[in-house]
Amino acid sequence: MDEIKELYQEIILDHNKNPKNYGELENYNYTSEGYNPLCGDRLNIYLQIEDQKIKDIRFVASGCAISKASASVMTTVLKGKSIEEAKELFKKFQKLITTNAGDEPDFKEYGKLAVFAGVREFPTRVKCASLGWHTVIAALEDKNEMVTTE
Amino acid sequence: MARCDPARAIEKKQCSGCLIMGLLTNDFRTAEKESKAGDRKFDVDLIREDFPILRQMVHGKPLVYLDNAATTQKPQRVIDAINRYYSAQNSNIHRGVYYLSEIATEAYETSRKAVSQFINTKSPNEIVFVRGATEAINLVASSFGKANVQPGDEIIISHMEHHSNIVPWQILCEERGATLRIIPINDRGELILEEYKKLLSEKTKLVSVVYVSNSLGTINPVKKIIELAHQCNIPVLLDAAQAVQHLQVDVQELDCDFLVFSGHKIYGPTGIGILYAKEEILQEMPPYQGGGDMINSVTFENTTFKKAPHKFEAGTPNIAGAIGLSAALDYLQNVGLENIIPHETDLVNYASQALSSIRELKLIGTAKNKASVVSFVIDEIHPHDIGTILDREGIAIRTGHHCTQPVMQRFGVPATSRASFALYNTRDEIDALVSGIHKVIKVFSTRP
Repeated sequence: MDEIKELYQEIILDHNKNPKNYGELENYNYTSEGYNPLCGDRLNIYLQIEDQKIKDIRFVASGCAISKASASVMTTVLKGKSIEEAKELFKKFQKLITTNAGDEPDFKEYGKLAVFAGVREFPTRVKCASLGWHTVIAALEDKNEMVTTE
Repeated sequence: MARCDPARAIEKKQCSGCLIMGLLTNDFRTAEKESKAGDRKFDVDLIREDFPILRQMVHGKPLVYLDNAATTQKPQRVIDAINRYYSAQNSNIHRGVYYLSEIATEAYETSRKAVSQFINTKSPNEIVFVRGATEAINLVASSFGKANVQPGDEIIISHMEHHSNIVPWQILCEERGATLRIIPINDRGELILEEYKKLLSEKTKLVSVVYVSNSLGTINPVKKIIELAHQCNIPVLLDAAQAVQHLQVDVQELDCDFLVFSGHKIYGPTGIGILYAKEEILQEMPPYQGGGDMINSVTFENTTFKKAPHKFEAGTPNIAGAIGLSAALDYLQNVGLENIIPHETDLVNYASQALSSIRELKLIGTAKNKASVVSFVIDEIHPHDIGTILDREGIAIRTGHHCTQPVMQRFGVPATSRASFALYNTRDEIDALVSGIHKVIKVFSTRP
């Protein structure tokens, strides 16, 4: 059960139950819908971008604890970041959750995102943790089609 | 156009009262009629020894395999039959004049006879080997559908179909300008037969329904569904992918026109499945795929086809699969459905009762007549989180929409968790599931 405790840390359970930046954003100018066809999870991202910066970000989701908590933490991390910084953080996050199981990532480097390190022990849940991020990137690239995790 | 009124048609032919009563009581589990429990001793511990995979540990815990509606495990007899075929009999069938080809052809055609006997068809010629239930439905949609469905026609399916019994008909309807009509379900997950009767009309070209629902476990009143359709001369296809391993299925008694199932859900290998169709219908149907083995003669000007079932088996078939399936049916019949049915009924009742006692849990699919499937949701805990935590306890269940998204929409849930049982499962395993679910609830109730 240790890996389960690492995956479902209290911070994650808390974000799942009381997600930050939850609900539609009134003045958004970028949006995208993410979908995981494997499990039917859906996630909508709303962004207010000004001068290449994320001025505001909110989301609505129906999905598992990992996808909801990950999107919630992500919104808190991305608010105020530039588009370039957001893309860099996405790459970093992907590395964190896909590092070989057992390898210890440098947690300091990841700040708030480090709580998701436990996902690397659960390859089937990587898509859950990255759904919010994929959706943000699709919104920033102004893709109109729905993004899927497949 | 005058609607075909099945209730009226019944009145003409027989006592409508009896039939309607039958519809409402929903009481025709064919299996129960022939149940002779006690004829042979059923020892689940001995059964488990026949399935090598069940001996393994997962995450340090004994494997508790409760995803049998997705696929069943294979007994040693099936594994050995496939091994024997590739070790000693492998060759291509039907055209070889040498020893090995004769043996392989004999084994393949013997398997067709075994399937024929298993579901009691009039003739082995009514059995077509396909890849699985999905391909069987696609074959009927493509061949029978294109020959018989015209613009304005209708095909009836139900709200609890697997995607494999929705999408092929949608594609056909789109191509032909026909309409798909849906039999609704009630809150227990049972078909509403009164609504079904209203859907039947002269426009209906086929009724295609699931015998046992893979996501709800409901055993549908297929005999009544068939009787009603036949009053209007409408053929019926039964998706028996979740039925043949749990119930005694007799196609002549049911009088279904088509029946499909997959080998891998009945203890056989993947990649082999069965289409049964009444011979007179099958002979009339145009070929599905063209190629070798399905022809009598080929010239560039003209090709003549073999008779069914060979007309529908183009190319080298899954010979090892057919042989493996035959071994699986042998195994199942040796244990005896008359012994399996009471055991599995006990499991599904025990599981329903045990899970209902968990306050936070709600069962999805509470039909009076159920087989081997228990679907549930837990307050504020997503099925995938449940599945992940149970996996670490060695328990394999399925979480998601189970390829029945309309069922999820009907019950207003994005997904469910599903435990499904086979002949080798035990009450102890259900106890392990229940204690696993308590662990899930504990993980999620931890608050800072």
